[in-house]
Amino acid sequence: MKLDSRIPQGELSNKWTEYKSSVPLVNPANKRNINIIVVGTGLAGASAASTLAEMGYKVSAFCFQDSPRRAHSIAAQGGINAAKNYQNDGDSVYRLFYDTIKGGDYRSREGNVHRLAEVSTNIIDQCVAQGVPFAREYGGTLSNRSFGGTQVQRTFYAAGQTGQQLLLGAYSALERQVGLGNVTMYSRHEMIELVKIDGKARGIIARNLVTGELERHFGHAVLLCTGGYGNVFYLSTNAMGSNVTAAWKAHKNGALMANPCFTQIHPTCIPVSGHYQSKLTLMSESLRNDGRIWVPKEKDDNRAPNDIPEEERDYYLERRYPAFGNLVPRDIASRAAKERCDAGYGVGPSKMAVYLDFKYNMKEKYGRAEATKRGISNPDDATLVELGKELIKEKYGNLFDMYKQITDEDPYEVPMRIYPAVHYTMGGLWVDYELQTTVPGLYALGEANFSDHGANRLGASALMQGLADGYFVIPYTIGNYLSKEIHTKPIPTDHEAFVTAENNAKERIKNLMGIQGKRSVESYHRELGKIMWDKCGMARSEKGLKEAIEEIKALREDFYKNVRIPGSADEFNPELDKAGRVADFLELGELMCHDALNRNESCGGHFREEYQTEEGEAMRNDNDYTCVFAWENKGENNWEVHREELNYENIKIQQRSYK
Amino acid sequence: MGNSMKINLKVWRQKNQNTSGSFETYSVEASPDMSFLEMFDVLNEQLIEEGKEPVAFDHDCREGICGMCSMVINGRPHGPKQGVTTCQLHMRSFKDGDTVVVEPWRSNAFPIVKDLSVDRGAFDRIISSGGFVSVNTGSAVDANSILIPKETADTAFEAATCIGCGACVSACKNASAMLFVGAKVTQLSELPQGKVERESRVVAMVNQMDAEGFGACSNTGACAAECPKEIPLSVIANLNREYYKAKLNGK
Repeated sequence: MKLDSRIPQGELSNKWTEYKSSVPLVNPANKRNINIIVVGTGLAGASAASTLAEMGYKVSAFCFQDSPRRAHSIAAQGGINAAKNYQNDGDSVYRLFYDTIKGGDYRSREGNVHRLAEVSTNIIDQCVAQGVPFAREYGGTLSNRSFGGTQVQRTFYAAGQTGQQLLLGAYSALERQVGLGNVTMYSRHEMIELVKIDGKARGIIARNLVTGELERHFGHAVLLCTGGYGNVFYLSTNAMGSNVTAAWKAHKNGALMANPCFTQIHPTCIPVSGHYQSKLTLMSESLRNDGRIWVPKEKDDNRAPNDIPEEERDYYLERRYPAFGNLVPRDIASRAAKERCDAGYGVGPSKMAVYLDFKYNMKEKYGRAEATKRGISNPDDATLVELGKELIKEKYGNLFDMYKQITDEDPYEVPMRIYPAVHYTMGGLWVDYELQTTVPGLYALGEANFSDHGANRLGASALMQGLADGYFVIPYTIGNYLSKEIHTKPIPTDHEAFVTAENNAKERIKNLMGIQGKRSVESYHRELGKIMWDKCGMARSEKGLKEAIEEIKALREDFYKNVRIPGSADEFNPELDKAGRVADFLELGELMCHDALNRNESCGGHFREEYQTEEGEAMRNDNDYTCVFAWENKGENNWEVHREELNYENIKIQQRSYK
Repeated sequence: MGNSMKINLKVWRQKNQNTSGSFETYSVEASPDMSFLEMFDVLNEQLIEEGKEPVAFDHDCREGICGMCSMVINGRPHGPKQGVTTCQLHMRSFKDGDTVVVEPWRSNAFPIVKDLSVDRGAFDRIISSGGFVSVNTGSAVDANSILIPKETADTAFEAATCIGCGACVSACKNASAMLFVGAKVTQLSELPQGKVERESRVVAMVNQMDAEGFGACSNTGACAAECPKEIPLSVIANLNREYYKAKLNGK
């Protein structure tokens, strides 16, 4: 199969403009006769569904939660990037484009990323118009802060709950269209089959999670906005319900999975506290604006952090990366934390944590500035801390509260203890410039696709990409496909393709329910997660990956013999929902290991122990691996790998350095 | 496991909307660092091992922001701690040997789905009736072209932090949704972008709220006291003000 990214010809900065002016359109009268299915209602899904409905298409939207407002975009904390240059600090579309390509360790497409940077500014305008209450300065203008991997302030935010505010904006736009009758919303529904007719995506089989009924839904096109698959690791910052099922069913029905091993391990999460742990909680990257990361200089130093004097602390990020300091990209910060902990310098009860300390900036940066502002001369330390605390609270209050709630420690008094955790997946369904997968009429948006972040995503760029895809990209690109579909009448769902797809799903559920073994679904998920974390996590090796593949195969076999799902298939049964998702993770996990094994280099979040520099940095192999690997499912857990070359015409590929 | 604690649970079990329910008693070994929902995970694994049906409950993000978790714990929505959701409540808030009663949200407007899980579709329908700014994608002006005083933005933000969990309804003896509606009305009526439609919005949302069967507000303030995001009672005063103004203007 030849993978054609269909990036328009011409100058980089003109590609999108020219594409938009020449892409075929669908006239308003025809739009009313076209049905679009949108699966998932996070930033990508809600923004796509509402925008397409505004344009006149008939939209059906699906989410597995009880309300579209609960999609996991809601939990994004720190912010959203946009090349507005409101801070007059030298930002530009080109610079955002460049930072993103470099941050992704030169494994993403120039054309896609430049478009993302271009539309970033429209997103902020649109969100403000919807009533999203971003943080503001006293003069009434929007406020910005910095995120990792950049040297400008381009991140817009709403305290530590930016994702919530952006999602509620998109959700209200979606609900408006529901009220106008342009969107039909199906909550507590899960897509469990993709329906294809004559090679084109024509609908889905969805399971009503309340009644267990299987439903057939037709669409001229299907959009998967179903997020990432970080929960394959069991413990991650994803929501409990986040899953790969919709994307995986599409994959098994012809859509290629690209770079599945590209996983983002976020450096600042609350460490694991016990075996019962069900998920991990992120502490926003924005905290690295004011928090300094350190470990004791001595191994096994058991003193309380505040008792360790300044000169006995190792601010290892500032030491190793003086140019970016605590704001190095996530993959680098995570590996550096692992390196210190593995070497025996970790802190806390598990020794698998490092400190994130706000004392210095609370006192010196904010305290002193506030003292000057209030005309307090020669303030003592206690006054400085007190003054600084108020400002820290304003910036990060909800995060500090959350930390205290979970750990029972007060981060205003003692440093946070943090450790990396699985957070985001850069890999996903392969899409071309139009966000179309290898199945005509099937699109993937947001985290569900692989396209923009290469081997490592920069902070505050997930929100940007989700909304870019939904508000500003798909409304144009889908026209190219749908303009040729205006003569296609809605296909009745008694078509044999729908019948067959429904029967397949029914058979699968019957199979699962019939096993009646001894082990809970959860126990399998937990075991899979441990294999993935140990052998396909922050550090990977040929030996480990080969072992992992065998272990996953064995675990999968055992699952189909011994899993126990209580209840029945025709009622509200969360255990059955979970079983279906874990069954898919048990296949995806294996593919991720194959992909990691196949990529004989280290890049971004993909760190192969065999490929590192003397200083322990990721060592890329640009000659052989400046490409995307996209995997085609050949049935029965067999895959064929395809390759898309990445051409850098504008950016010179360099060794990534943040020193 | 160090400092393990035994918790006796009385949990509401109800197969579905059409059957009646009852309390069942269970005993769980928990640890103080566990979240309340992780304690339920342990219970459910135990039940599955014993060949019994696990307790159905809603939950998703487990970091206090999605608004999906919803348990009435010892008579209080989201349990004994101020300003936290069920998923952020930890077992250290309880003592070894405690008996804890767990029920679903209680309101006619939130029918039971199963056990502790309820249907909060009414909230979506209220938002859909008017909880938005009517602006299509693409027609926005530059974000900094309308200046908004920081205090205004902060007030709007405070109201906008509502997670739509429904604890306010569950806490209210009248099952009123005024805090939820007031929060959205306040957010949008504060901001210049939302002012244009403020009158039609508030009337539409209040009408929908009434149609869904939520009760009237009698100013006891239980909603604000139990709100995990500490949405202030003043949003209800604001809702009333907005509503009367709109009505006086003939909306």
